[in-house]
Amino acid sequence: MSIEISEKISETLTFECETGNYHTFCPISCVAWLYQKIEDSFFLVIGTKTCGYFLQNALGVMIFAEPRYAMAESEEGDISAQLNDYEELKRLCLRIKKDRNPSVIIWIGTCTTEIIKMDLEGMAPILETEIEIPIVVARANGLDYAFTQGEDTVLAAMVHRCPERGKENGMKDKMENNYTQEILSFLPTRTKVKSNKFFDSKNQNRLVLFGSLPSTVASQLSLELKHQSIQISGWLPAQRYTDLPKLGDTVYVCGINPFLSRTATTLMRRKKCKLIGAPFPIGPDGTRAWIEKICSVFKIETHGLEEREQRIWEKLKNYLNLVRGKSVFFMGDNLLEISLARFPIRCGMIVYEIGIPYMDKRYQAAELIFLRETCKKMCIPMPRIVEKPDNYNQIQRMRELQPDLAITGMAHANPLEARGINTKWSVEFTFAQIHGFTNAKDVLELVTRPLRRNNNLENLGWTSLIKLQKG
Amino acid sequence: MKLAYRMYAGPAHIGTLRVASSFKNVHAIMHAPLGDDYFNVMRSMLERERDFTPVTASIVDRHVLSRGSQEKVIDNITQKDKQEQPDLIVLTPTCTSSILQEDLQNFVDRASTICDSDVILADVNHYRVNELQAADRTLEQIVRYFLRKTRQQGNSEISLTDKPSANIIGIFTLGFHNQHDCRELKRLLQDLGIIVNQVIPEGGSVENLYELPKAWFNLVPYREVGLMTALFLEKEFGMPYVSTTPMGVVDTANCIRQIRKQINIWSPFISGKKIDFESYIDDQTRFISQAAWFSRSIDCQNLTGKKSVVFGDATHAASITKILACEMGIRVSCTGTYCKHDEEWFKEQVKNFSDETLITDDHTQVGDMIARIEPSAIFGTQTERHIGKRLDIPCGVISSPVHIQNFPLGYRPFLGYEGTNQIADLIYNSFTLGMEDHLLEIFGGHDTKEVITKSLSTNTDLTWDSESQIELEKIPGFVRGKIKRNTEKFARQNNITKITVGVMYAAKEHLSA
Repeated sequence: MSIEISEKISETLTFECETGNYHTFCPISCVAWLYQKIEDSFFLVIGTKTCGYFLQNALGVMIFAEPRYAMAESEEGDISAQLNDYEELKRLCLRIKKDRNPSVIIWIGTCTTEIIKMDLEGMAPILETEIEIPIVVARANGLDYAFTQGEDTVLAAMVHRCPERGKENGMKDKMENNYTQEILSFLPTRTKVKSNKFFDSKNQNRLVLFGSLPSTVASQLSLELKHQSIQISGWLPAQRYTDLPKLGDTVYVCGINPFLSRTATTLMRRKKCKLIGAPFPIGPDGTRAWIEKICSVFKIETHGLEEREQRIWEKLKNYLNLVRGKSVFFMGDNLLEISLARFPIRCGMIVYEIGIPYMDKRYQAAELIFLRETCKKMCIPMPRIVEKPDNYNQIQRMRELQPDLAITGMAHANPLEARGINTKWSVEFTFAQIHGFTNAKDVLELVTRPLRRNNNLENLGWTSLIKLQKG
Repeated sequence: MKLAYRMYAGPAHIGTLRVASSFKNVHAIMHAPLGDDYFNVMRSMLERERDFTPVTASIVDRHVLSRGSQEKVIDNITQKDKQEQPDLIVLTPTCTSSILQEDLQNFVDRASTICDSDVILADVNHYRVNELQAADRTLEQIVRYFLRKTRQQGNSEISLTDKPSANIIGIFTLGFHNQHDCRELKRLLQDLGIIVNQVIPEGGSVENLYELPKAWFNLVPYREVGLMTALFLEKEFGMPYVSTTPMGVVDTANCIRQIRKQINIWSPFISGKKIDFESYIDDQTRFISQAAWFSRSIDCQNLTGKKSVVFGDATHAASITKILACEMGIRVSCTGTYCKHDEEWFKEQVKNFSDETLITDDHTQVGDMIARIEPSAIFGTQTERHIGKRLDIPCGVISSPVHIQNFPLGYRPFLGYEGTNQIADLIYNSFTLGMEDHLLEIFGGHDTKEVITKSLSTNTDLTWDSESQIELEKIPGFVRGKIKRNTEKFARQNNITKITVGVMYAAKEHLSA
C-alpha cells in the first residue's frame, strides 16, 4: 500500500481506483428529497433498525414534519421467514393507504431485502392490483450504491411507469402539430415570427429532462431553454406521480445531474429515448454548455447565451477574488464531484484530487471533456480522479498537500477543521440549489463560506485545536 | 414487520461502537455495507468531536454477498493494526452480518495471530438486543477480556488502594449529558474524600483495566450501561457496587449513604474510624443545592398538582418521576420508558409516584397518551419534544434520543447537587411561568391557537366600550393580547358585538368552567 503523495500533479486527467473504504450516506437517504419532490408519493423503506436510525439521525429535522416516508422494520420473524413477506407488506401498505392515500407507494429495497432475497419486484405487481395503488420498487441499497445513486435507482424504476408515446401517438402529435401550424399560419403571430427556421417542429414537445430538482430550479432551467425556443415536454420526476412524462423512441432526454447513469441507460434501452450527452448545468459555464448541447441536437442556433454567461460571471466577481488561486480537495461522496470541481477550476481554483464513489465515463463523457478543456483554458494542472477512494489514504495526502479547502462528508469535517484544514460539507451541495445561471452564486456562497469565516477569525491565532500526540 | 417513523433506541452495533470509541486507542471495524458508518457522523456532529472517530467499515458489497468476505475482513483488521496501532480492535457485526452468518469469530482468531493489537468480536445480536443492551454487554466483554488476559499472564492487581476509591462505570460517548455528569460525580467523590480509580469507558485505556479491582467499590450511575460490568466485577473479585442514580436531592443522599456503607466495610481497618457523611448531605441539601429551598419557595407552590407526563430511558424517566412527585409536588399522570427489557425494575421504581405507567418503544402510543392526558408539561426525549410542539405543550428534554442541542457547551449535569439545580431550572422553565399563569387564570385560561376569524385583524366587528377598554389596559401587557382574543372569541360565539366589563368576566367564567 503505497501512498503516492509526493508525485507531481499530472498533466492529463488520471483515473485511479482505491479500496472503497470511504464514508458516504446510504442511498436510502434519497427518500428525504424525493418525497418532498413527488408530492403524492409515499416511500416505504423495507429494512432494519439500522436503516431507520440512519434516516432519523441523518435527516434529523425533517422527520417530524409529517414525513411521507416510513420504515417497514424487519424483525427476526421476517428474516427467518416465519412471517409471510407478502402478507406483512400488504398489512403495512393498506395502513398507509388508509392513513395517507398516496398516488404511489415506492418500496425502497435495502441490504436486508437483498441478502434474504425478498422478491419485491415479484410481489409489487400482485399487491398493486390487490390494493389498487401503483407500487414502484427501487433497490437503493448500500451493497451496490452510494448516496445520490439512490435517486438514480428510483428514477430508473419510474421510467417503466411513464406512459408510452407510441408510434401512432407520434403520428397523431405530428398531425396535431401540423394542424396547429396550419391554423396559425395565417396569423402573423409572434410565435411564428419567433420560430427558428432551423427548428424542426416535430421535435417540439419531445424533450424530457430527468433528475429531481426543487420546482423553482426546474422552472428556472425550463425558462432558460424557452429563451432558446425549446419547450420541455416533461420532467422525470414531475411534481406529482400522476404527471409522469410520456416517453418513446421520438423523445430526446437529457440529464441534469451526474449520478443518473442508470436512469439514462433505462431511458435509452427500455424506452428507446435518445440521450443528449451534455455537461451538467452546474455553474454558468456548465449551464451554457448544457443549453448549447441541447440546442445543437435540435439544430437551433443559440442567441444571447454568451452575454448571459458573461453577466453572471460579472456578478460573481467578489467571490472570484476570494477563491482565485486557492486549492481544493474533494474527498468524494455524492457523484457531483466532477461538475463541482470543473466550475471552481473555471473560477481559478486549483483542484488537487477529485474523489468520486463511482465514475460512469460514458454518461459523464461530455462533462469530462469539458473538465479537461477548462483545465487547459485556465492553465491549471489536471486533477487526479480517484474512484472508490480510501479515506485514510486521502487524509494522509491532504496532510501533505494542505489544501485551502476540503470538500468532505460530515464524518471528517470537524476533525479536519480541528487540524486547521477548512472544510465544506459535501452534503450541502446535494440539498442546496446549485443548477442553472441563477444559482451559480449559491455554489460559490457554499465554497467560500469557510474562507469568509476565516477572514473573520484569522487573527485569533487558534487554527489548530488538537493536542499534539503520537502518530 | 413494523411500520416505524421514529425509534427510541438505535440498533445494537451503535451501542458497541459507542463503548469502543469511548476508550482511548481502541478501534472498531464494522462488518457492514457502504453507508452504515453514519455513527461517525453522529459522533463528529453531535459530540463535536475533534478527532477522527476510530471506526471504519469492512465493506460488505455485492462480491462479499456472492463469495463471502474471505480475506477482506482480516486484511482490514491487519491494515488498521499497522496504520493506527490500537490497543484493541473490536470487530462489530451489524444487521447485515447477522443475516449473512459468516464466521466472524474465525476471522478474529486468525487476525489476532497476525496483529500486535488484541482483537475481539463484539458479542451482540442485532435482532435480540438494542443499542443500550449492546453497550452494556460490550463494556462487560472488554473488561472481562482484559482482566482474564492479565490473570493468565499472572500479573493481576487486586490489592486495594490505601485511601477509599471508586470506579465510575458507564460514562460514554453520545450519552445524555454524560460528560457533565462525570465531572459532577468526580467532584462529589472528591468532596467525600474518595479517589476516582478509573472512569470507563470514556477516556479509559484498556491497558489499564487490570487496575480496576484496586478500587473499593464501583459506582454505576446509569441503569442502562455498566451494570453487567459491575456484576462481573462483583462475582469475579468480590467488588461491591452502588447503582443508585444520584439524581435529585433524595436519591443523591441515598447514593451517598450507600457509598458510606461500602466504605465503612474497610475504613475501620485501614483508618481506624467509621466515616459519616450526614452533615455533608445536610449541608449540601439545605444550603448548597438550591433545589430543596426551591421546592419550599412560592414559585414551586404554583406548580402543586399540575399534570405532567414523563418518558425516556429507564434511569432518567424513573428519577425525574420521583423528583416531580416527591420533591416538587407535581402530579405525574403517566410515566414510561422505552427500555422494555427493564420493565420490572422501572415499575418498581415509580410505584406510587405516578397514576399510570407506559412501557413501549412505539412513539405513536406515547403521542396518543400525551394527547389523551393533556399535561401542562412533558418531560421526555426529542421525540416527545416534537409531539409537544404539535400539541402546543412545553417539553423539557430529559433523556436520549437526543439532538445537537442536548450537547451543550456549558456545564449542565443531571447528577449530583449541581444536577438538582439544573433539573429544578428545567422543570420550572418548562411550565408556564407562575405569575403569567396566575394572570391567565384570572382572565380566562390559556391562549388557544384556534382560529377566531379568517382575517388577521380581529377588531373589525367588535367594539369595546370605554369601561372595558380601561379594564383591559389594567391587565399587564404580556397577557393582554391573549385575554383580548379570548374575550372576543367568547363574544363572537355568543353573538355579542359590544364588549363590556360584564362580557369580559363572563368570558373568563366561561373559559375557566
